[in-house]
Amino acid sequence: MENINAKYVSQKISKTRWCPVSYSSLQQPEVFATGSWDNEDNKVSIWSIGNHNNSGLEDGFEGDPQILCEHKHGGDVLDLQFLDQERMVSASSTGAVTIFRYHPNTHTISVLQHWARAHSYPCDNAPCTALVCSSPEIVTVGEDGRIVVFRADQEGAVRVIENADSSTIHAVTYLKTTEVLTVNSIGQLKLWDLRQQSSSPSQILSL
Amino acid sequence: DLKSVLSLSIQNIPALRRGKHMGFAWGQGNIFVYETLFKATGSGSPFIHEVRKDEDIYSPILRKLFNESHHIFVGLQTIREDLPSKNKKPQFVSISKNYRSVIRACMEELQQVAGYPLIRSVLLQVSILLAIELIWNLCEVLFIDAAPAGSLLLHLLDWVRLHKADVDEKARDVLQSDSPAEHRDYWDVVVSYVLQGRLDEARQMLGKKATLTPAANNIFKMMDNLLSKMPFYNPGGTQTLTEFDVKWRHWHEEVDRCLQDNSFASNQHLEVLCKILLGDEDTLLEHKDLLGTWYHFLVSRLLFCHPTVKPTELHYYAQSCMTMFLDSRSAPEPLDSILLAAFEFDIHQVIKDCSIALNNWWFVAHLTDLLDHCKLLQSHNLHFGSNLREFLLLEYASGLFTHHSLWQLAVDYFDHCLEFGRVYLELQIERVPLDTERKALKVLRICEQRQMSEQVRSICKIMAMRALRNNRLGSALSWSIRAKDAAFATLISERFLQDYCAKGTFSDLDLIDNLGPAMLLSDRLTFLGKYREFHKLYGEKRFKEAAKLLLSLMTAKIAPRSFWMTLLTDALPLLEQKEVIFSADQTYELMFCLEELTSSLNTPSSDSDKSMQEEDVELTKVELLRLALSRNLAMAIVKEGTVET
Repeated sequence: MENINAKYVSQKISKTRWCPVSYSSLQQPEVFATGSWDNEDNKVSIWSIGNHNNSGLEDGFEGDPQILCEHKHGGDVLDLQFLDQERMVSASSTGAVTIFRYHPNTHTISVLQHWARAHSYPCDNAPCTALVCSSPEIVTVGEDGRIVVFRADQEGAVRVIENADSSTIHAVTYLKTTEVLTVNSIGQLKLWDLRQQSSSPSQILSL
Repeated sequence: DLKSVLSLSIQNIPALRRGKHMGFAWGQGNIFVYETLFKATGSGSPFIHEVRKDEDIYSPILRKLFNESHHIFVGLQTIREDLPSKNKKPQFVSISKNYRSVIRACMEELQQVAGYPLIRSVLLQVSILLAIELIWNLCEVLFIDAAPAGSLLLHLLDWVRLHKADVDEKARDVLQSDSPAEHRDYWDVVVSYVLQGRLDEARQMLGKKATLTPAANNIFKMMDNLLSKMPFYNPGGTQTLTEFDVKWRHWHEEVDRCLQDNSFASNQHLEVLCKILLGDEDTLLEHKDLLGTWYHFLVSRLLFCHPTVKPTELHYYAQSCMTMFLDSRSAPEPLDSILLAAFEFDIHQVIKDCSIALNNWWFVAHLTDLLDHCKLLQSHNLHFGSNLREFLLLEYASGLFTHHSLWQLAVDYFDHCLEFGRVYLELQIERVPLDTERKALKVLRICEQRQMSEQVRSICKIMAMRALRNNRLGSALSWSIRAKDAAFATLISERFLQDYCAKGTFSDLDLIDNLGPAMLLSDRLTFLGKYREFHKLYGEKRFKEAAKLLLSLMTAKIAPRSFWMTLLTDALPLLEQKEVIFSADQTYELMFCLEELTSSLNTPSSDSDKSMQEEDVELTKVELLRLALSRNLAMAIVKEGTVET
């Protein structure tokens, strides 16, 4: 049987993502990030399964993930995506979107950018349910039915499509570099062309 | 000190002033405490204090204990019931060992965390876990494995060895020194080995001394001989217990002879060893510091006096050993009582004492569950319904439910409490805070899998209300559709219609256009869907179909009466078209509807607060409609009467 390694980590993990490796190196990724949820204090952590410190494989713990560093996170991590090799973005249940940077040399995580109310209701927080990245662009969606486009290097939102959906948007993905696809809680896929300025989708597909 | 950690604790609430009265109210897993006054006047403290009994569930390392043991618990429940108990014993023993290894893993991790400076609370935690593992191990040996005479002592030896790790540490120090045989702890190590029945290691140690003192070679050889010949029962072998007993007595007599002959008189250490091998109580008690505990004393004594001890004889020895070992002045500690109860095979007493001594139901719940599976608990019902196993599991799981994260584990525990589990789950699951839709969906799935329709409806309603409050009509509608809540769907449809009347256009078309069969949930919702369909047909210039739909909305009474005026006004452009759209029959029906509407409007109803202007507008509309309808009727009659040539 293949090696399946189970490790209890004292937190409920909502997302795990491999850290992208440079195309030049032909190795498998060894570092991954996790986001937790349903805790009083949630965090974003970086783990390694490589033999960073060990000399050989005789340890018997090959493949056992070791935590490298972690950073606290306000609210549940509802989505986590890598922007590039060092930066990752998280979607929070408080409606915040945060860019973290992982410093592999010092094994620390720092916050680069934090949009606290990327998604919100008029008088309440709205969870940001999903996001997708195509560096430097970040597209986020939330329970408020809004689609927001950010750029990693800019302070404010680049574009906000209000009322993109009357119900909660659960996920978003890129179809092409200028088109995104969202899905909502009543099972509709909507295609959005970001080049156009209109607030309505170019296509709606029902499941 | 291991013993003192299991005891009742009294919690002082520092903020409450001394001598004041305290009132309290039970919460879930906690107590709210406040200062009260019995007099009607006077000022008191305005604070409410929350006292939580169980802090363990908030410890991150202990969390692993809860998670891993949950995994083992679920596995245990799914063991097939039809196998005879005999075949299941090894499985149960293995499960018991699993539980124990989880406890040990937790202990090790806690010890790593304790570090320097030693964190007192963590060390306390470690001590408690040590005590728990000690008790569990003994329960496994006595109850689950239920070793018979012969094997029993061997298991007890293992038990003691596992919980007296300092011998190995000392031995390591001695061996690593320059001259082990002259180390000050040398003889302590030898004696400790012998007390634990680790005779091979004792012999190896003695060998070092023997080489140093060649003059005493003879007596060292004699001792080595005695040690090597001590019989140990082999459960898997062909020798019966009686045969072993005979052999052992022979050996015992030989040792006695050596002592009587004063063979070891020249070396006091070896003489002490000889006395220990004979099981001499006084000599054993002289080494209290090496034994450490009364149960070590018990096992050593049995090893050298009565290795064929039967399970039923244990309690007699246990009681007497405890009395001999402990200071007669102090009362027995909780741990001692628990172990003694175990030696007496009084399972219920063990569980009861553990429940009192520990602040968390984890241990008793899991142990009792395992013992219940081994069919070791008499199924006498408690006064408050259900049996002991279920009671403890329910208590434990209820405690888990108060935790913001571990509530998911509790669900499985409730599932396996056949009598009251479901009720408990129904009550608790509604109280899980739902911050995000994702969490709500998880909770919903749990309810739906168990056909808890009440709870499904309740949760969906909560989410729908929340959506409504934030003006997310589409979200609210999708939640009420999921809950099959017709009343709420009607409410939301009303809101949509109001919005339409106010703005003239529909919002959230994506939802209304794609309702599908969900449209039939409530009449108002159906009307909303159909009305939107009418608009679509009109937009696509499919006038005849649009007209037919519009009429059917009124005649089939799908449209609420309050909306009829709007519908009739919508019919106007259709009536004004050059081409005849409404047939004569249809026109008659429209007229009928209009008359029905106006007659109800003319009655002096609560609409008397309408201003004169509004009434004027109404009248004009009606006039216009009557005119349009008449004209259409005329054209229709002509058209239908014409013969196409």
